[in-house]
Amino acid sequence: MAITKEAIKTFGLTEEQLLEMHYKMLLARAVSVRQRVLQRMGKGPMTFSGEGHEAVQVGTAFALRPGRDWVFAYYRDVAVALTVGMTPVEILRGFFARRDDISSGGRNMPSHFSHPDLRIVSGSAPIATQIPHAVGAALAAKLRKLDEISVAYFGDGATSTGDWHESMNFAGVHKLPMVFVCEFNGYAISVPWRKQAAIENVAVRAAGYGFPGVTLNGNDVLEVYGAMTEAVKRARSGEGPTLIEAKTYRLQPHSSDDDDRRYRTREEVEQWAQKDPIVVFAMSLHELGVLDDKSEQELNDRVNREVDEATDKVEQESTPEPESALRHVFVEGGASNG
Amino acid sequence: MAEKNMVEAIHDAMFEEMKRDDRIIVMGEDVGEGGVFRATDGFVAEFGEERCMDTPLAESCIVGAAIGASLNGIIPIAEIQFADFSHPAFDQLVSEAARLHYRSNGTWSCPIVVRTPYGSGIHGGPYHSQSIEAFYAHVPGLKVICVASPYDAKGLLKSAIRDPNPVVFLEHKKAYRAFRQEIPDGDYTIPIGQAETKREGSDISLITYGMMTHHSLKAAETLEQEDGTSVEVIDLRTVSPWDKERVLGSVKKTGKALIVYEDNITGGFGAEVAATIAQDAFDYLDGPVTRVASPDVPISPYSGILEEYILPNPEKIAEAIRKLAAY
Repeated sequence: MAITKEAIKTFGLTEEQLLEMHYKMLLARAVSVRQRVLQRMGKGPMTFSGEGHEAVQVGTAFALRPGRDWVFAYYRDVAVALTVGMTPVEILRGFFARRDDISSGGRNMPSHFSHPDLRIVSGSAPIATQIPHAVGAALAAKLRKLDEISVAYFGDGATSTGDWHESMNFAGVHKLPMVFVCEFNGYAISVPWRKQAAIENVAVRAAGYGFPGVTLNGNDVLEVYGAMTEAVKRARSGEGPTLIEAKTYRLQPHSSDDDDRRYRTREEVEQWAQKDPIVVFAMSLHELGVLDDKSEQELNDRVNREVDEATDKVEQESTPEPESALRHVFVEGGASNG
Repeated sequence: MAEKNMVEAIHDAMFEEMKRDDRIIVMGEDVGEGGVFRATDGFVAEFGEERCMDTPLAESCIVGAAIGASLNGIIPIAEIQFADFSHPAFDQLVSEAARLHYRSNGTWSCPIVVRTPYGSGIHGGPYHSQSIEAFYAHVPGLKVICVASPYDAKGLLKSAIRDPNPVVFLEHKKAYRAFRQEIPDGDYTIPIGQAETKREGSDISLITYGMMTHHSLKAAETLEQEDGTSVEVIDLRTVSPWDKERVLGSVKKTGKALIVYEDNITGGFGAEVAATIAQDAFDYLDGPVTRVASPDVPISPYSGILEEYILPNPEKIAEAIRKLAAY
């Protein structure tokens, strides 16, 4: 979809909102890059990158109501977390495993985002296990007649799992207020899509579960936003779930322990780098007159400053008390449902 | 007071809790028509299809959706039709329900109950007979209850539903209709983690749970009459957390410990009980800590002859008591 003034008008987005989307994408990129650099410096054992996925993540999360809609993210979703309202400080506390890390207090690996006030639900590392939880939260919203929706985020690898299929089926049967967002980057770590499935577009599977699936350009933040807005509307109005398949690309290896040169050609990576969603969107904003060289520089400076300040701050913060490792196995203090 | 069998007691516990608190729902396969063991008989008529929800046949999603619903103000009781079919949900129980509170540093919690019939002795073959308590007792973050009598089942199920943590509630299916027991009319609960001394004794401490409690009581009766051996029978009722104090107190009194469980012997929950006694009551022991359990075969064969050969029964338990008493 070409980004024209007319198209933007149909989305009802203001210039400020367009710039906010761009800012979140830049911020997510900068936070990811920073973590990779810090990992190489020996400041933390592990990073996962969401670089390349920013348009899918910001475009979908921008259509949600933070703190009311439910977010079941996975480990690439740094831009989802930031768009819904987490801060670079909160993300980096996870990387540095600081005591005050809202996601897990240094218990989960980095990028396993959690923030109760923002309804970003703590996730695990097994693939797709969060998707039934999204189903359950949506089921609860329906039973309680609440105006809330639930979003399950996952990569294409997840679509081979039983939990994914079981969740799609359950959500279809009960017409649940939820959206399935597939950040399709073509690889389950090293396994290409052609070895994962015998179909080109995973969105066609939605028909088998009784609801619509759409395939779209996941590097176009506004195309994603438009589809997500429709899906959210469907969910909220009781029409049931939607599967959004956003084709994108992971510009970095799976994790700091992965060497993607073993399974991806440099030519392929370079081709996708040319379609970098942040570069594409910046160009569009220039064409629309929303961004110029000066304001772009200011925005970049702001992002870099925020990430610098967050890094400096969090690096100085306290680590968890060792003996706190024994806490929170069970709910403390005798809380009861009785 | 009314006499109830265990299925009726379980039915009543859920029914009363759902009347008390409209956040509670039941979800699972066939629960809408009352369930294969009739534990939810009449629930749809009383509570509607939304609070007694038939689900697709997909155990992982039953437990996973229960977890998700529990995050958003619902207290789900997920029914897995047979414990043998809970394995597809192992990931959801172990990776998710058990770890959610811990991994979020105490900020998310997961108040669900997963009920399932377990246990052997009903010609169930290898897939309607399994004991699964050891799998889950090994996992920090889960509470695991094993019941085999109406009174305990009702009181402990109510506690499980009111507990803010995930609880695996195992109901011995042979005990569902095997006998009736007086149940008080009013509301009552039994604390999770509290064993009960079902029979006082002074010569040997017999620690058990589930259906083996009944077999052990029979064996203890026989030994009292035939040999004059006085056996104390402790029903753990909860295997995680378990009542170490009561067990150790008894063993320190009698000096001998016999542990009886239905599961196959290696790595069964009784091994944990034995290790704890060996470590914490060593100075009081007057004989080897002994286990009676099933041999290491996939429990249990369909044929009654084969099944009887495998499972502990009152005679096998009595024999073990005699041997330990003579030590």
